[in-house]
Formats: sequence, structure tokens, C-alpha cells
Amino acid sequence: MASTRAYTYFPGCCMHGFARHCQDSLYAVFEDLGLELRVLPEWNCCGATTYMSVDEHQAFALAARNLALAEQIGLEILAPCTACFMILKKAQDYLARYPEIRAKVDRALSAIGLRYQGTARIYHPLEILLRDVGLKGLKARVKQPLRGLNVAPYYGCLIARPYALSNGVTLEAFDQFIPALGANLVDFELKAHCCGGSLTGTIEDVGRRLVYILLRQAKRAKADVMVTVCPLCQLNLEAHQGKIQRQYGEDVTIPIPYFTQLIGMALGLSDKSLALEKLLVPIRWQPVEKGAAAAQPATAA
Amino acid sequence: MSRVSFVRKVKYEKELQRDVAAEVIATPGGEKILSCLQCGTCGGACPLSVYMDHTPRRLIGMLREGFKQEVVESFAIWLCASCYECTVLCPAGIKVTDVMYALKRIAIHEGIYPRRFPIPVLAKEFMEMLKGTGRNNEFWLVLRVLLKTAPMKLLTSWPLGLRLWRRGRMCLIGSRIPKPAGADLRRMLEVLEHGNASDVKPSNVTPSQGPDLLPGGAVSRVNA
Amino acid sequence: MNGNGNKSVKIGVYVCHCGTNIAGKVDVKALAESAAGLPGVVVSREYKYMCSDPGQDLIVKDTKQFGLNRIVVASCSPHLHELTFRKTTANAGENPYLFHLVNIREHVSWVSDDPAAATEKAKALVKAAVARVFWHQELQPRRVPVNPSVLIVGGGIAGIHAALTLASAGKPVYLVERKPSIGGHMAQFDKTFPTLDCAACILTPKMTSVKQQPNIHLMTLAEVSEVSGFVGNFKVKVKRYPRYIDEAKCVGCGECIEMCVYKEGKYPNDFDLGLGKRKPIYMPFPQAVPPVPLIDPATCIEFKSHKCPKGCVEVCGDRDAIDFSQTVKEVELEVGTIIMATGFKTFEPRRLPQYGYGKFPNVYTSLEVERLVNASGPTLGQVVLRDGRRPEAIGILHCIGSRDENTNRYCSRVCCMYSLKLAHLLKEKTGAHVYNFYIDMRTPGKGFEEFYKRVLEDGVSFIRGKVAGVTTWAQSPAEEGKLILRVEDTLLGVVRRIPVDMVVLSVAMEAQADAENVRRLFNLGCSAEGWFLERHPKLAPVDTFTDGIFLAGCCQGPKDIPDTVAQAGAAAAQSMSLIDKGYVEMEPNTAWIEEELCSGCHVCVAMCPYTAIHFDADKKVAVLNEALCKGCGTCVAACPSGAAQQNLFRDEQLFAEVEGVLV
Ligand code: SF4
Ligand code: SF4
Repeated sequence: MASTRAYTYFPGCCMHGFARHCQDSLYAVFEDLGLELRVLPEWNCCGATTYMSVDEHQAFALAARNLALAEQIGLEILAPCTACFMILKKAQDYLARYPEIRAKVDRALSAIGLRYQGTARIYHPLEILLRDVGLKGLKARVKQPLRGLNVAPYYGCLIARPYALSNGVTLEAFDQFIPALGANLVDFELKAHCCGGSLTGTIEDVGRRLVYILLRQAKRAKADVMVTVCPLCQLNLEAHQGKIQRQYGEDVTIPIPYFTQLIGMALGLSDKSLALEKLLVPIRWQPVEKGAAAAQPATAA
Repeated sequence: MSRVSFVRKVKYEKELQRDVAAEVIATPGGEKILSCLQCGTCGGACPLSVYMDHTPRRLIGMLREGFKQEVVESFAIWLCASCYECTVLCPAGIKVTDVMYALKRIAIHEGIYPRRFPIPVLAKEFMEMLKGTGRNNEFWLVLRVLLKTAPMKLLTSWPLGLRLWRRGRMCLIGSRIPKPAGADLRRMLEVLEHGNASDVKPSNVTPSQGPDLLPGGAVSRVNA
Repeated sequence: MNGNGNKSVKIGVYVCHCGTNIAGKVDVKALAESAAGLPGVVVSREYKYMCSDPGQDLIVKDTKQFGLNRIVVASCSPHLHELTFRKTTANAGENPYLFHLVNIREHVSWVSDDPAAATEKAKALVKAAVARVFWHQELQPRRVPVNPSVLIVGGGIAGIHAALTLASAGKPVYLVERKPSIGGHMAQFDKTFPTLDCAACILTPKMTSVKQQPNIHLMTLAEVSEVSGFVGNFKVKVKRYPRYIDEAKCVGCGECIEMCVYKEGKYPNDFDLGLGKRKPIYMPFPQAVPPVPLIDPATCIEFKSHKCPKGCVEVCGDRDAIDFSQTVKEVELEVGTIIMATGFKTFEPRRLPQYGYGKFPNVYTSLEVERLVNASGPTLGQVVLRDGRRPEAIGILHCIGSRDENTNRYCSRVCCMYSLKLAHLLKEKTGAHVYNFYIDMRTPGKGFEEFYKRVLEDGVSFIRGKVAGVTTWAQSPAEEGKLILRVEDTLLGVVRRIPVDMVVLSVAMEAQADAENVRRLFNLGCSAEGWFLERHPKLAPVDTFTDGIFLAGCCQGPKDIPDTVAQAGAAAAQSMSLIDKGYVEMEPNTAWIEEELCSGCHVCVAMCPYTAIHFDADKKVAVLNEALCKGCGTCVAACPSGAAQQNLFRDEQLFAEVEGVLV
């Protein structure tokens, strides 16, 4: 393998919490592709979508502290949670555009000996895979094509929003990693529709309804799995399937792998290293010969 | 319907608080609210507008006209999931999501939100937890929010917890920032401390209209 | 010494209040007083409106009484009143170029907050003007004859109307159109609002007249490639692209199209926006002018392989009109005036992916729907969807690409009305339920509001709200297979989901994609959105900042057909007024070269953007052709020996002015 590329890895709270399986698979895939992740030391929570409702300056400072730490290292930052990704990018944008915020945040950071410069480059790992490995590269590394597996891509609302993706990167370009793995790309209109975020935990009926809309639509589009690029969406979409099924009287069971789990499967990595067993809705994928029947979607957990 | 009751509905100028628009305009992202066309793109795009007592468009219209009370008491601001759909589409270039954030801050700061309403409680618990450990742990966060808002829900929530637990996805001892860095973080936040949002106690206001949102009662109609 | 030889200089200074426009900020009394003390100033006054008759009389009277021979007026922009006061100076019996104008409105009162600072700045500017005018000299304007020929760029309704107006007054017209036929967008429309008269019925007679009018020289498939010269005497190069059919020989029988090896149309026809198909040899539409087919070399087999049996050539026979050997030709024209009528393009709705244009086949642009409802369109006027169904419900979405910070900020002005028209026609043709989604309904023209009422009475739904997006994601069986519009009905205060079969995007008018290049070619001003700038928004709406070039129609901004025609008439009249006067007076601000000082370094020769300077190899000096000089001053600044000088901008004048400001 060619020389290793390294990135600063900003895990975010999810990856260290309920989304360990996402993290496991992320590490496994990046290692396999010769890309190194170096955890940002002493990182703190980015403030999520929540802190902003309490205090905007503190919220920006939380993000800025991480960015300032990362700037000292100088590598590109990878944020595998779309909330962290968007929030870090938004903070960078606002700190550049609002001198008042910048001044306050600078003051707070200097109190703890940090300096924010605004030079960090922030990416979602899928952006990086497509840029640094490329579709061709990815295709070349596929050992176990996911032939016959119908995959609906789901990106959630935050990644495609104003502060997020780099210029010229589109969700349609993202979609292409699915055929590169040998799977069938399902045209999923709701790929950037909101999953309700924390509403599933607060105003549950409303939150569940948003999840239901997505699951139902994925089923109707004949998807075998719905792949996500965000650990929050991942949990939201898989955790409530049973309740939704009871509430709406409709089978909405569908596995929700994190995108590196899917990529890892195609790269031929072991189920264990991809933490597939940690999914609430198991994904049972039997490699099939060309033309043979598709995957076996699992039943409810 | 057995009886018709006549409710007099009129808004007097003296009841308005026109300074509220200026307050929002002064916060990042709120600058452009006066250029709102009232086109409703935000309301049409918002995945949650069908549940809202006032759509984002109405909130902005009311802000402009100084309907402060209606705006901060609206539970719509708590329904906003920060999905940024509205912000992307608004033809007036208004950062509607930021406006929603600004309204949440005003409401929390002034202590105007329904007692035991989970979202503002969540926001504050989240903040407290962050100050403590520098990171957040969903298990403890959910536990604390539920205890404060709807203890009974712990019963209905445990199966999910159990499933996560079994798969090693529930951590009672969360990831935390190393001690000295944690102290740094708190110092940084203290420098920025102003309105002391955490001291504010909720008032007894209940949403002015719309379905009952108090925990346990959930939203009554969700099939819009 | 001064600009006037030895005659002593007597300067009059006049400060204008412009109502409160200037006096509201600048202390005009103090300004006039300070000017009174300046060297050479004999009289200094302030007055409410200097441009009024009594104001001008002041100057005339003072000149007579005090023997003034220099005039300084401190008022508004020279764009507005420089000419006025030059005339006043002439009326007072002095040479008009002994006058100088100071702009203390646009440059001072309108852009300052602090009255004290404003007054100081005004004083400095007046002082500079007094110092400068001291060095002014008597000059004579140049007169140049106006060539009576007119170039009209663009053959839409604006160009056609202007051409016919001028031609019937006997002026020779060159009408240059880049498409194969004239007619423009109007030829694509079905009916016109609010009267619903048929666009073709009113347009095609005018198109035919263009063809028949001997004074009009029509050039289609042609583009202007170079413009030089100046008002009265422009030189224009026009590129003529090959049609591969000789217009002089073709009789327009269309037999060649019949005999093409392609039995059916195969390639999307531009004129029908791709909804209809054409052969490689085709007429864009039946009433095209000139009524001559053309061959598209990109799709013609003969061009691709040289192996076509060429049924077209055979059937044309003795007429021998088909000529595969035609090439691009360039012709040179000499004209006195130019009318720009380059029109608009429609907004590309793929820029707003939320509306699904290009993704969902039954999302159309309004222009496509014009073709669909048109009896001579690709469906012969039947409104059938791309999948062959007839729509039962139709949504018309206003303001697509207008009134939107993400695309264009301006209101495109015609969309409300054409949306109403399409609502009416679609309802009439299909019986479908039609919804109009609007932000504000704008119907300020003659008969427009009445038409709105008529469409309301048709039972069309009007929903005040901008549709957030078009999806096919169905929530209920009723929505299955439909295009679903999600919208906040802002008047009723409710979020609605409305399933329809057909979506019409009322797209905005935009400046042509190459407006920027065209603007440079003709040296025009251009707004940020790409619309050509008129000289004054109210008082010179068809003039441009380049003398002799006029604007007509949508190249200046979105407008409807009546306004376009009115503007085209006005542009024709402006051009005629120059032609009939017979000459233009040119500002005597030309440069000249002092032969004795010229070192023959050639710098100016290369720098002059108007090629007005050549090098005299015998005398070894640069020679300037005054007729070509536009007074830009480039050579004056560039000349290292100070040999190049310029009237109205002589070194002494400029240095005095600078010193006046500074000291
Ligand atoms: S989309 Fe923007 S302009 Fe339209 S109503 Fe909402 S905030 Fe106002
Ligand atoms: S950001 Fe909030 S208000 Fe805006 S669309 Fe999303 S949920 Fe609705």
C-alpha cells in the first residue's frame, strides 16, 4: 500500500457512546484503505443542535475550541457525525463573518491559552473517501461486491445544508459509492429529509412519524437496506422500528447500516470488525452469484 | 356543538412589544427578518410545520409586528429540529433556523416555556452535563430529562435501553474530557457567561393554543 | 497668462440649493461667501434652483453687468445640467466652454451625514473649479454628419417594430438576427395577455412586412462581431453563419424537407424547446421569415459521411438552392445609429432542484407550456403530458427565479400575467383544476386586473404561498403517481399538500447569457443582473451612455409586449431625430500632439483604443486623427514627453484643479 494519509479524527459524543459500532467500522475501513485516523486529543462536545438554544457565544466557543486544537495539529478534520460536521463548519463560517462573535470567542479561548485562526479544513469521511480513494479506487478494492442488494442512501438534513459540503460536492455524487460497491442504488427522494433528530426522545409521536415516513418510503422504493452517514440518524431510524410498526400497523423493518459498515462488507472485512452484530436490526447479507436473488432483509429484532 | 361562545379577538397596539424584532435582528443570522416576504416557503418546507401552532413564517411576521408574547410562548420554536430546510430555501435569505434559535434563547432566558416541557429541559441539562464532563452521554442525559419531565416514561423507554445495553452500545460511564482540559473548558465558558441562563426557572405558561404537548399527553394529532 | 490670452479673467460663481437637496446639508451661504474671496471671482451667489429660468437669467444678467468671462456653477451631476449651463453661458454671449460645473449634490450632500464636513468639501471643490476655469479656453464643438443607415440587433418584436418604423420613414435598416428566423419569443407564444389575441395572428403580418419592406436588409443566422466608430459613423462587422440554402434562390416550397432521408423528425426542435422533433433540414416553424429552410450540419448525414443520397438536392433541381459549401462570411456595414433589441432568456429551473425540473417529466417551464397550448405547436394544441395522460390537476408556480436572493432579486414583471393567461388557457383546454401559487399578485397594466378577476371567476384556485418543493413521495392513495406540492397557504394559515399531474414553473426573464460580451462589444453599461443600462431611468429610458446607441425591449429589463413595442418606437424616433438633424456635435475634448515635443517613441500609437494615432515615418512623429479621437486621454497620460495634450484636460487646468482641492 502507498504511503499512509492521516487525518485528525473528531469522534463526537455519539461515536464514543451508542454509536461505537459506527466507529469500529470507520476505523476498520479507513485502516484497510490505508488511511489513518488520529483522534483529536482533549476534544469536547461540539454543542450539538442543542447548545445553541441556550447561549450562542458559548455554543460557538465549544466548536471553536475543537477547531483551535485541530489547527495546532494541522491535518484535515474528519467528523463522522453530520451534526458535528455541520456545527463545526457553521461555527467556522460565522466566526469568519461576524467580528463580534469572533472577538468574544477569541477572548474566551485566549483565557485558556488557545488561538483560533480559521484555517481548519473540515470534512465528512464520505467526502474524503470519494476524494482520496475515489470511486475507481474504491471499486478496485471491492472483494465482495454487494450484488443484488438494493441500497437506499439517506444523508439526513444536516450534511447538505448551507454551511456543510464543500463547493461542488453534491449528494448525487455521494450516491455513487453505492454502485461502486456493486450494490443497486435505490432512487430515494427523501435522502435529505429530516429524521426528527432528538424529537424521537422528546415529542415522541412527532419524532416517530418523521422516522416512519422515511422507513415507509424506503420500503416502498424496494430498498433492502437504508444506509446512513450519521450516527444520530442511524440510531433514530433503527431504534423505533418496532414501535412504529405497532403504531402504524405496517412492516417497516429495514436494516440501517452506517456507510462504513456497508463499504467494509464490500471490502470483505469481517462482520466482527465492522461490528455488524451491534446493529439493532441485523443485516443478513449472503454473497450471491450474479443474477441470483437478492439479499435477505432481516426481520424485526 | 351545544353552545356558541363569542370570543372577542382584537390586538391593541399598546399590547405590542416592538423591541422584540430588534432583539432578534441583533443576533447572528437574525439580521434579515425585516425583509421577509411572508411567502411561506419556510412553512411549506419545514417537516414539522404541520405540528406547529405558528409556522416559521407566522413567527417572523409576528416578530416584525411586536407580538412578543405569542412568539415566545409558541411551542413551535421547541419543535424546530434545526434541519435548516427553511434556511436553504428562504428567498429572502433569512436564516430562519437561527431565528428559531434566537427565540429559544429568549424564551429560556425569560423563563417562558411550559413547565415540564422536555425540550428546554433537555437543552439546559445538556448544557450542565457539558460543563461537567465536556462531552455528553445520552444515557445520563435522557435519564435526567425524563426524571424532570415525565418519570413515567422511564418505564416505556427501558426496552430500548436494554437492547442497546445488550449490544454494548450503552455506556453508564461516558467518555469524558481529561480533568485539566475539563477545567479549561469550564473557564472558557465562564468567560462567556452572561445572562445566567441556567438559573432561570420555568414559569407556568402553557402553550397558548394547539394540542396539548405536556409529556404523557403527547401531541394529539399526528397524521397530518 | 491665462486660458484667454491677456484679457483679464472675471469669474462668476453660482451655488444652487436644489431645494433642500443641497441646502439641507451644505451651508450654501457660507459656500458662496467663501467663493467670493477667491482670486478672479467677481461675483458669487446662491440661488434656490439655478437650472430654473430665473436662475439662468442671473448668469446672463451678471455676465452683461460685470463682464464675466468664466462661469462656475456648483449644483448637480454634469450628466443632468452641464449642457443647460453651457447653453446659458452661450446665451450670455460667452463661449460655452468657459463654463465649469461642480457636483455638490451626488458628490457631497447626498453622500455626507455631517453638514460641517459637507460644507468643507463643497468649498474645496468650488475652489478647485475656480482655479481650473481660470485656464479654460474658447473651444468650438465639432460637427460630424450622421449616416442615415440604422443597425438593429435582434429580430424579436422589438427589433421588428423598430425596423418597420424606420424603414417606412425611408431609412435604410440592417436587421441582424442570430436565429434562423425573426420573431423572437413572441413567435413561440400562443395567446397574449390580457386580450387573448393570438400571438401569431398579430406578429406574422409584421414579420412578412419585414421581408417585403425594401428598406430593410434582413440578416438571419448572423451576429455582430465588431463595432467601431462613434455616433453618426459606426463601422460594424457582422458574421453570417451558413444556412446551406441560398436565400436568393430558394422559393420556400419545402420539398427538400419532404425528401430528406429522414422520414420523420428525429432531433429536438429548438423553437419547440425540444418538445417537437425536426429533421436535419427544417424550417423552425411554418411562418418563419425568411421562409427558407436550413440545414443543421451537426445532424445532416451529408456533413457527417458525405454518403447521403441527398434527396433534398435532387428535388430542388434547377432551382439549385442547396449549397453544402457555404461558409461563415463577414460583412462590414456603416451605420449612423444602432438599436439594441437583443431580448432575454428564460431562467433555467434546474438551478432550483427542489422543483424537480428535469427530474420529473411532468414539470414544465411556462415557455414549454406556451408551445403545448399552441395550435401549431408539437402537440397541435392538445395539452397532453409527456406520458400521454391528460392532466386533471395543474399547479402553476409563480416567481421561479425571481424575487429570490438565491437566484434573481428582481420581480420579472410579466410572470403574474402570463401565469393567469396560462391558467385560463389550460383550464379551457383540459378542464383540469388549476392552482396558482403566488407571493403577491401583480396586475398593474391596462385591463390586467380585469383579467385577474376573469380568471378568479373561472374557478382557478389562488393560493398565496410559495411552493417549497415538488415531490412524488405519496402519503396517501390519492397522492399516488402524482406530483405533490407542499405549500403554506399563508392566507388561510394552513400547510397544504396538493397532488397535481402537471407543474408549470413560471420562470423569470433573465438577461441573455452573453449580455456581458455584447455589452463590451457595444460599450454599454450593464446592471448587475446583466440588463443594459438606460441613460436615465425616467427621462432617457431608451438612450444609453454611448451616443447613437438605443435600447428596445427586454434587453433593458423584463417587460411585456406593449411596453416593448412602445420602447421600440421610441428608440426608432430617437434614432430618426439624429438622422434627420443630419449631424451631431461632438465634445471638443480631443487630444492633439505637439510635433516639436514628440520624440517618436510610439507609446501612444499602441495605447490608443480607437486607433486614432498613427506614426508619420517621414517626420518621425505621432499624428492624431481628430475625427477618430474619443477624448479618452490615454495617450495624454502615456506620453513621456508631454507632447500629447487634450482640450478641457490641459495640464494647467488639471494641476490648477488639484491644487485648488489641496491647498
Ligand atoms: S421563506 Fe423566508 S421570506 Fe418566505 S416567509 Fe419564510 S422567512 Fe419569510
Ligand atoms: S430548521 Fe426548524 S423551522 Fe426550519 S424547517 Fe427545520 S424544523 Fe422547520
